[in-house]
Amino acid sequence: MKEYVMGNGAIALGAMAAGVKAVAGYPGTPSSEIIETISKHSHEGIYIEWSVNEKAAMEVAAAAAYSGARALVTMKQVGLNVASDPLMSLAYVGVKGGMVIVSADDPGPISSQTEQDTRRFADFCRIPVFDPSSPEEAFAMIQDAFEYSEKYSTPVLFRPTTRVCHAYASIDVPDIFSPGEYEGFVKDSKKWVIFPKLSFANHGMIEERNVRIAQDFSSYGKNSCEGAASAKAVIAGGVSYAYAKEFLQDNPGVRLVRIATPFPFPEDFVRSSLEGVSEVICLEELSPYIEESLLKMIGKGGMQLAVSGKLDGSVPHNGELSADKVADILSAFLGIEKKNRACDLEDAPALPMRPPVLCAGCPHRASFYAVKQAMKGRKTVYCGDIGCYTLGNAMPLDMVDTCLCMGAGITMAQGFYHTDREVACFAFVGDSTFFASGMTGIVNAVYNEANMTLCVLDNSTTAMTGHQPHPGTGRNMMGNVVDKVSIEKILKAVGLSKVITVDPLDLEASIAAVKECDETEGVKAIIFKSPCVAITKPQGLMKISEKCINCKKCIREIGCPALITVDGKVTVDALLCTGCGLCSQICPVDAIGGAGNE
Amino acid sequence: MNRDVMICGVGGQGTVLASKIIAAAAMEEGSVVHSAETIGMAQRGGSVTSHVRIGERAQSPLIPLGSADMILSFEPAEAVRNLAYLKEGGIVIVNTTPVKPVTESLCETGYDGTEMLEYLEKKCRVIAVDGDDACSQLGSAKFLNIFLLGVAAGSGALSIADETLLGEIRKRVPARFVDSNVKAFEMGQEIFNVQGETEDEAQ
Ligand code: SF4
Ligand code: SF4
Repeated sequence: MKEYVMGNGAIALGAMAAGVKAVAGYPGTPSSEIIETISKHSHEGIYIEWSVNEKAAMEVAAAAAYSGARALVTMKQVGLNVASDPLMSLAYVGVKGGMVIVSADDPGPISSQTEQDTRRFADFCRIPVFDPSSPEEAFAMIQDAFEYSEKYSTPVLFRPTTRVCHAYASIDVPDIFSPGEYEGFVKDSKKWVIFPKLSFANHGMIEERNVRIAQDFSSYGKNSCEGAASAKAVIAGGVSYAYAKEFLQDNPGVRLVRIATPFPFPEDFVRSSLEGVSEVICLEELSPYIEESLLKMIGKGGMQLAVSGKLDGSVPHNGELSADKVADILSAFLGIEKKNRACDLEDAPALPMRPPVLCAGCPHRASFYAVKQAMKGRKTVYCGDIGCYTLGNAMPLDMVDTCLCMGAGITMAQGFYHTDREVACFAFVGDSTFFASGMTGIVNAVYNEANMTLCVLDNSTTAMTGHQPHPGTGRNMMGNVVDKVSIEKILKAVGLSKVITVDPLDLEASIAAVKECDETEGVKAIIFKSPCVAITKPQGLMKISEKCINCKKCIREIGCPALITVDGKVTVDALLCTGCGLCSQICPVDAIGGAGNE
Repeated sequence: MNRDVMICGVGGQGTVLASKIIAAAAMEEGSVVHSAETIGMAQRGGSVTSHVRIGERAQSPLIPLGSADMILSFEPAEAVRNLAYLKEGGIVIVNTTPVKPVTESLCETGYDGTEMLEYLEKKCRVIAVDGDDACSQLGSAKFLNIFLLGVAAGSGALSIADETLLGEIRKRVPARFVDSNVKAFEMGQEIFNVQGETEDEAQ
């Protein structure tokens, strides 16, 4: 049956076609839809979970793979940093059932903190990596990845990028899926318990094995060589290969070599593909991985070949490539005149900026505003974290002073306190991030006697990545209603000096809670509890009455996108307003109210 | 036949559904289709684009500059923002109703879309339609996407049969909204007919 699916859907369906039994992951753009696709299809016999974080996902899946079942783990590239601890060791131990770790890279970066390259991680862990260039290919390649994983008893990385994950194409999918048979876990402490002796032995074995995998990859069908032999050739990986192909359609006669398995580098294949070539350009996003591998190969073999790419400035180091950038790069490389196909827009009027903002009615806005009001005139540091609420940095709220990585706000707030006892330190963390990597940080705060206030922005979902459930929501990916894990109980059990739960949309109570915490010594927490507006029904609509003196305080103070000016007068945009009521608590003349407020 | 169609607008305007319907309808008619959407942080009140690439030629999911046969823009400034994608002789279908940026109320630039529309008229072939007006006749801003899809279909530049598009609309919108959406689509087609004449006059 043909299905038109997103790249992430293709990866999911490919894994199902490969008979995957256990699926675990943590949401992160651009990888989140993989697990969602599996849970939406009929997935009888497949175990699926959103784990609390990537490390947990990796370990859950590893156990399935130890048992001989096929296992899939999904995450975004920075998630792999979190999961790197188990992955490093797992690479030494190996697996029995096929285990594929999808780590989606994000050149640009479009929605990530870093432009890191998962291919480097594969090299670092000494495990194979597959690099698909399109959704169609991802569907087929993830099935191959499972085969190779089992053949060589090793976990395998699978590295799509945003343009593969979020592109749509039609895929021929099987009508029914069923997980493969598996033996179950067989005890063998010499195999499954990592000790220095085992690491020593397996390290040698892995390097020897990787030579064999490189040879095996040299005949892997997706590593391809197209076009007539030419003095100048192009070598590309990932979606850059698709861009190069598009350009060479109109400029034929150039050899195009495609690397689908960057590690272990298929040297035999590359060497034979570049026979007779004297100059080659490497097209790849993120790091110059293919380029460096090629240079290593040339150095070892004493080959004569000029290599250009990122290292000589022909290809930019940062940002993503595009069909246009590749056309420019290849035109320069091949000495073809550059075509400028876009019409000239120099004379275009100035375009309005549209930075991302918190949604109208978002409870985070109210939480930030309450802290800002309560702490007015005080010396403060506001440590932010990863999630929608990072957008609290925008004017007029301006409430995020730092943002580093998942969970870092909580621990950084402590560091700021230890370096400056005068400053009031706050950490803002979302509910999903709290479970993912905030809990250990708060224990650290209590143990090491920090003085800080934790603000948990609890909106009962993982909003940024598309509303996945988490331990606090009372639902899991097997469709079961489970006991909610209470953030309040956790914080109380850790022994905080104060834990207050408050509705952020009640401005007065929220300000009072912040002040109360500020006056208390030690580690305090406020749980601002109000659901994300994207998963709740609007509570009605605010109206601005005749009383309005058009002072625009409401607009200036909270920046809600539903507060707009029409012909110079402040108005509520009826399409956007959720009736959260925050603005009505700010207006100095009580001009904003709900139904009947005319 | 190869066609590149870009759909653009502001997050929340319903561009994704329009692009899905175009892609699905083209596939239904036997074409190979690739497409891509803006997903993630950029969705929230930000500029969004969908690239729909129909035909064997497209190797990558994003439309190269100067290649789009049609830009279907849900907002005047977004049409200008993406104009570099339009190919020579391509057509821009644009909703004249501006979406003011959220920052507008803070630092009033006076943006109201007119400058953008004038610029578009100068640069390329434009069909400008008042989406706001159409939606108020239809009773909800929710129908903007299907109305604009109707305009795109009416222009003939999509080269997809109306019935195929309507078939996909019926499949993809909730049952109780099918009738209103079909009406929105037809209204889009009709508006084009009236506008087509004025466009001829202008030429
Ligand atoms: S009630 Fe006020 S603050 Fe809340 S969404 Fe409506 S306009 Fe915005
Ligand atoms: S704060 Fe009140 S009086 Fe001032 S502009 Fe807003 S609604 Fe009008």
